[in-house]
Amino acid sequence: MTDVPTIEMRGISKSFPAVKALQGVSFTCSKGEVHALCGENGAGKSTLIKILSGVYRPDGGEVLIDGQEQHFRHPQEALLAGISVIYQEFSLLPERTVAQNLFLGREPMKRGLIDNRAMVMETRRVLGLFCVRHHIEPETLVADLDVASQQMVEIAKAISLNAKVIVMDEPTAALNEAECEVLFSLVDQLRASGTAIVYITHRMREVTRLANRVTVIKDGEVTASFDHVPAPDVVVRAMVGRDISEYYPEPATPAEIGPVVLAVSSGSNSALRDISLELRSGEIVGFAGLQGAGRTPLAMALFGAAPFTAGTMTLDGQSVHLTSPRDAIRAGIGMLPGDRKAQALFLMQSVRDNGMLTARSFANAFGGKDGNRFVDLNGMNALLDQMKVRAPSYEQEMRFLSGGNQQKAIVARWLALKPKVLIFIEPTRGIDVDAKASIYHLMRDLARAGTAVMMVSSDLPEILGASDRIVVMREGRIAGQFDRSASEAELMMAATGETGVAA
Amino acid sequence: MSAQSLPHIAATQRRLFKINPVYLLVVALILAIVVMNPAFGEPTGYMNYLKRVTALAILSGGALYVIVSGGFDLSVGSMMTLTVIGSSMLASNDPNSTYWIIPLMLGMGLIVGLINGLVVSYLKVPSLIATLGMMITLNGVAFMWSGGAPRGYLPDTFRFFGRYNITDIPVISLLPVAVICLVVFGVILWWGMHRTNFGRMLHAVGDNQQAARLAGVPVERVRISAFVISSLTAVLAGVILGGRAGVSVNIGSGFELQAITAAVIGGAQLLGGRGSVPATIAGALALEAIFTLLNLLGLAQPVRLVVQGLILIGAVAFATYQRKRAGR
Repeated sequence: MTDVPTIEMRGISKSFPAVKALQGVSFTCSKGEVHALCGENGAGKSTLIKILSGVYRPDGGEVLIDGQEQHFRHPQEALLAGISVIYQEFSLLPERTVAQNLFLGREPMKRGLIDNRAMVMETRRVLGLFCVRHHIEPETLVADLDVASQQMVEIAKAISLNAKVIVMDEPTAALNEAECEVLFSLVDQLRASGTAIVYITHRMREVTRLANRVTVIKDGEVTASFDHVPAPDVVVRAMVGRDISEYYPEPATPAEIGPVVLAVSSGSNSALRDISLELRSGEIVGFAGLQGAGRTPLAMALFGAAPFTAGTMTLDGQSVHLTSPRDAIRAGIGMLPGDRKAQALFLMQSVRDNGMLTARSFANAFGGKDGNRFVDLNGMNALLDQMKVRAPSYEQEMRFLSGGNQQKAIVARWLALKPKVLIFIEPTRGIDVDAKASIYHLMRDLARAGTAVMMVSSDLPEILGASDRIVVMREGRIAGQFDRSASEAELMMAATGETGVAA
Repeated sequence: MSAQSLPHIAATQRRLFKINPVYLLVVALILAIVVMNPAFGEPTGYMNYLKRVTALAILSGGALYVIVSGGFDLSVGSMMTLTVIGSSMLASNDPNSTYWIIPLMLGMGLIVGLINGLVVSYLKVPSLIATLGMMITLNGVAFMWSGGAPRGYLPDTFRFFGRYNITDIPVISLLPVAVICLVVFGVILWWGMHRTNFGRMLHAVGDNQQAARLAGVPVERVRISAFVISSLTAVLAGVILGGRAGVSVNIGSGFELQAITAAVIGGAQLLGGRGSVPATIAGALALEAIFTLLNLLGLAQPVRLVVQGLILIGAVAFATYQRKRAGR
């Protein structure tokens, strides 16, 4: 019996209008192994997986499942062939129970009605296979589960579909330490039971802990492939070894970094403890940390949305007390929220209205909408052009734009007000490679023009690539400050408070 | 080349297709009425129709402000009742009283709107409930004020707005004062909604309140203003309605839902973020035209209610369906 890999992808190529996403990528994964797929954001990992799962069709190359060539035209076909993908953004329905989610679209029927009992029992059985320590009730609503448990449910769904291959796309992105451990032991169990696992990550710790084999993708090509787990630095070099300068702009020179614009001393509130920091004009400061470390609350405090209850804050040397976003904006602070759809976008309004809203909010309410002391229609058009927002017309409703273009339109909103401090929260979440690079360049251009830029990001390569200085937060405090030459390992250690985190 | 120009062609086509169906509906309904009753084609016929529709049209334009901001104002009907009852009680047939009664009523509208807005914005009471409470309260106030049976009546100076024509100017004399009011207030409401920063903020608040706050929109002020505008238009509508129809204890009842129906027929998004003043006024014209048709067909008041209810549901369902087809 020869060893036929469960999945084999040969010479896969894929182009999008603006980018060549993949070029001649080959990748295999066999029963009972964990194959780590590494690469920076935008390297092409997700595109490869979407081809495997039938979301995209490759321009060239072939996909073989158990040695048989397959041409998936729809994710459902890949699912039937035994390929389950667990994306970073879960596909669960929050207002349904665990059992209902597991059997979504294939509910067991009895006399024309859904057989709830069978559904619950089967769910209990599947969950029982691996969730011994981490008990989940089949009849709980998914919305009531924490993120880790939701992930368990996704995995249980894959198992109940008899998946031969489970692809996990950065599964630890939203998990805390303890939850990660639960996930790791689950991956071990799945491997032992003969499932082929493709594990996408850029965290070396997880590669070392879990992988049997490692493949590194960079700029859409395989740059390294190992049949064993090499030393972490070998993988990291393969991951970032390209010319980073093209993707991330040049950092600030010491001459470009100007005076302190915003300073906080001993700032505290219910989510923050004793925060002291300075943001300087011309400088991009990256804020790293785990989920819940207090980065977003800090941004919200600086922006007046959830103010400090103790401590002092100065802006250009003047003491300020900001108790609402309106206060903050008036003082010269802008913010791009992390959850664009919920916190930043007006989907029914035009691109131009989205861009002009903040300027209009600070102009005479009964003044004409087409121009005010901050910006007029031509000015906004120019800003949107400068931002390279791609839309058939700026009269187009916002909901028709891609994530990257939506984000650029919101940046234009702030540019119109020429803020002294601009806070970006997860500025590149959910946007494509091209747009990411232009957001980084945009932040740099802003800094060069004298703005103090604060960037909150959960993406360590992005933090290291785009910042001049890095602040790591943990449990509502500042856990450390680093310059841009820091390693991911140093940042992770500061963020987790652990020692011996491999990177 | 051709590939490049394609999106623009598509955009133009979409815009052409986007003529609000409410305007076609109004034209079709009016034609139907004229066919059934040729007298409607005479100036007195359609002027009477416009006179009848004015109160609802102005009211709907104001109610639209609250709808676009993402709320409802159910208190406008009882605000109209209170305006009519209060004015008749205070006037006691003194022709000169009109000049202070109308400002006083507007002041009352301002206070009612402020209370609605403050309760919704700061006490976080859902607008449907808050204004329902206000509706019951105002009905009670009107009832107490009149003691159950309204005494007194409205002087002609008051009824001028709803009932008469300006007779001493040549061309204008053809137009009832009510119709002039409709044009004037229609333009003001259109300007406020579609040509000012305030109007854009109103849309933003209704589209995504949290995002509006984070973008620096003074959300509370905007929402309160919307309720104030709604109440003020209710007073104006009350003055015109009282002038046309005279005094009765439940004169304004049902108008709140007619206003919402008119806005929805005009394509307003019920949960906020989208709405047009001209289309809403056309919606009011359409609704009144439907009632006129039902009258011509000899159908009674209960049928009107059934039809109005079905239209409200149908219009919302139609709008939802269209949105879905448009891709979201």
